[in-house]
Amino acid sequence: MNDMKLGITLIAAAVALAGCGEQKPAAKAEAKPAAAAPSVLEVKIGHVGPLTGGIAHLGKDNENGARLAVEEANAARTRIDGKEVKFTFLAEDDQADPKTGTTVAQKLVDAKVAGVVGHLNSGTSIPASPIYAQAGIPVISGSATNPKLTEQGFKSQFRVVGRDDQQGPAIASYLATTKKPKLVAVIDDATAYGEGIANEVEKTLKAANIKVLPREKGTDKTTDWKAVLTKLRGRRPDAVFYGGMDATGGPLLKQGRELGIKAVFSFGDGACTDEMTKLAGPAAEGLLCSQAGIPPQAADKRFLEAYKKRFNVDPILYAPFTYDAAKLLIAAMQKANSADPKRYLPELQKIDFTGATGKIAFDGKGDRKDAEMTIFTMQGGKLGPIAIVKGGKTMTYEEFIKGMK
Amino acid sequence: MDTFLQQLVNGLTAGSVYAVVALGYTMVYGIIQLINFAHGEVVMIGAMVAFTVINALAPGGLPPLAVVLVGTACAIPVCMLVGYSMERLAYRPLRGAPRLAPLITAIGVSILLQHLAMLVWSRNVLAFPQIIQNTTYTLAGASITSVQIAIIAVCIALMGGLALLVYRTQLGTAMRATAQNPHVAGLMGVDVNRVIAATFVIGAALGAVAGVLYGTYYGVAQYTMGSILGLKAFSAAVLGGIGNIPGAMLGGVLLGLVEALGAGYIGDLSDLCAYGWIADLMGEQCDGGHFILFGSNYQDVFAFLVLIVVLVFRPSGLLGERVGDRA
Repeated sequence: MNDMKLGITLIAAAVALAGCGEQKPAAKAEAKPAAAAPSVLEVKIGHVGPLTGGIAHLGKDNENGARLAVEEANAARTRIDGKEVKFTFLAEDDQADPKTGTTVAQKLVDAKVAGVVGHLNSGTSIPASPIYAQAGIPVISGSATNPKLTEQGFKSQFRVVGRDDQQGPAIASYLATTKKPKLVAVIDDATAYGEGIANEVEKTLKAANIKVLPREKGTDKTTDWKAVLTKLRGRRPDAVFYGGMDATGGPLLKQGRELGIKAVFSFGDGACTDEMTKLAGPAAEGLLCSQAGIPPQAADKRFLEAYKKRFNVDPILYAPFTYDAAKLLIAAMQKANSADPKRYLPELQKIDFTGATGKIAFDGKGDRKDAEMTIFTMQGGKLGPIAIVKGGKTMTYEEFIKGMK
Repeated sequence: MDTFLQQLVNGLTAGSVYAVVALGYTMVYGIIQLINFAHGEVVMIGAMVAFTVINALAPGGLPPLAVVLVGTACAIPVCMLVGYSMERLAYRPLRGAPRLAPLITAIGVSILLQHLAMLVWSRNVLAFPQIIQNTTYTLAGASITSVQIAIIAVCIALMGGLALLVYRTQLGTAMRATAQNPHVAGLMGVDVNRVIAATFVIGAALGAVAGVLYGTYYGVAQYTMGSILGLKAFSAAVLGGIGNIPGAMLGGVLLGLVEALGAGYIGDLSDLCAYGWIADLMGEQCDGGHFILFGSNYQDVFAFLVLIVVLVFRPSGLLGERVGDRA
């Protein structure tokens, strides 16, 4: 997954460079009035995400979310400590590369930012987090889901999106409550991600008194699942869970149906993509899968309209989360009446905030309390959300949308 | 029992694809004692070309079978060209060189082809268009799809065709003569270079068909697919006795069966908790649970296990007879 799309990188780099070129004059123009008014407090907020490479579009989406929040705060003439605040937005590109991630983190620290929104990937967020922690700068990721990020014990590290190890329990509890299987087969691809999510699913299912077959394994390159599936067919499971990516999950599903396995197939976010229709063909219909967070179209209406108006596109994936992350930083500064990281960090830790993605509060580790997970199903070749799992409770997508309004 | 039968069907399907690929290895080895490591890449290119053609024609409204046939018909000449140029440009200049030189060249050609394919078809896993209506038949509890039947039938036909070519035609006679002794064959008026080129081209054509079969069966193709498939087919060729054509066919099918049965049963067989005395030793770890030493992810290991066992105990393979001095 990580080494895909090298070929596109160059093109994307060119596009992103062009994009950067456009932004600079705008930033300068904004900076002028700030210098003119002496009683204005200048606060820098950083954002990091890949703006070049295969997922540059997601990086830009994240950046837009945070940028919108900062611009709104400027337009609202936010005041801290009696002074009007001029927020400056510093957007950096980490190329989804861990090494670049640490370099730009240091760059933001040197620029004396008051807070950071990012990074997009877990792989860049984790190595960057000690740099922010050392400088005492609060950093909130809107999209990094690897549990390790907040397990390192850094007080300044937060995230507003769910963790991978909440995703397993979510899809498992959805399976358990709606499909009521008696026997479930769990397969993984022997990677850290696949095994991790499969372990969580197995744990949750067993806790719900559902029998789980001994774990079956493939690799992240397996294309021939027939031997494993044939063995499983003999045991007649009611549901199958696969922890792995779409490139292996698609063939798994296709071959399972070819062998006449009638069970419900379910997957984690690695195989929660529209690619599944292409890879598995008609067999993909009815699959279940989970993703951390909520689909952008389920976010707060006001946010969606403002985003569309400002950027002329709809948010793609995590923009509502980075929007909330930037809002949280600003809200904590207002509460502490200071933009000094040392002073507003305690406020951020105990914040109680309602943003575009719903209510946000942090636990001791900096993870969002009761983070939402979305369950998707494949219908007519398209993935659509059917349910939201929050704090172990499942509600249908329609109920959730109603609750957001 | 139906599980066992099903594993046999699975193994037979995968095995017949291995057999056709293994033929490419064994024919080349039989004639110039070169292990053409780039053969797996030829198979991959066959799958990729077919993917492109099928993808382009799929929305055109032609009958699905015709689309796949056109895809195959385009893949074969492309692979033949790749096979020919590989022999002409990379191996022929090294004809008189020590044996290690062409072997390393083969690895180089393999890397080159793989990365060319990456540039053309990207790094992504490509989904083969699923256009063929796949009917499933049930036979004594085992299900077999129409694609599986087609694969087995095509592979048998290819193997039969190749046997006819090698044992019944003038080219085949020339090939066998070159295999026995290229110098003497040359003295007898056989154009050795032409025969060797023909061997590469025929092997590549078989590889192209194997690539299309593999792609339609599993539904995916990627630029790296050739390396593992190639290594497995190579193991199959060694199992049957490298250089021996019926041996490659037998080796391929056997390897497919070993893999399917191995992956299907290794989990249960290596479940330590299933054995009384070990379970006692393990104590609580086994309480109602399983402790599986080797899971089905070891499927790919079987091919290489077979390779090692054959090389240790019967280096000439199952049907090989004239290899001892060359392997």
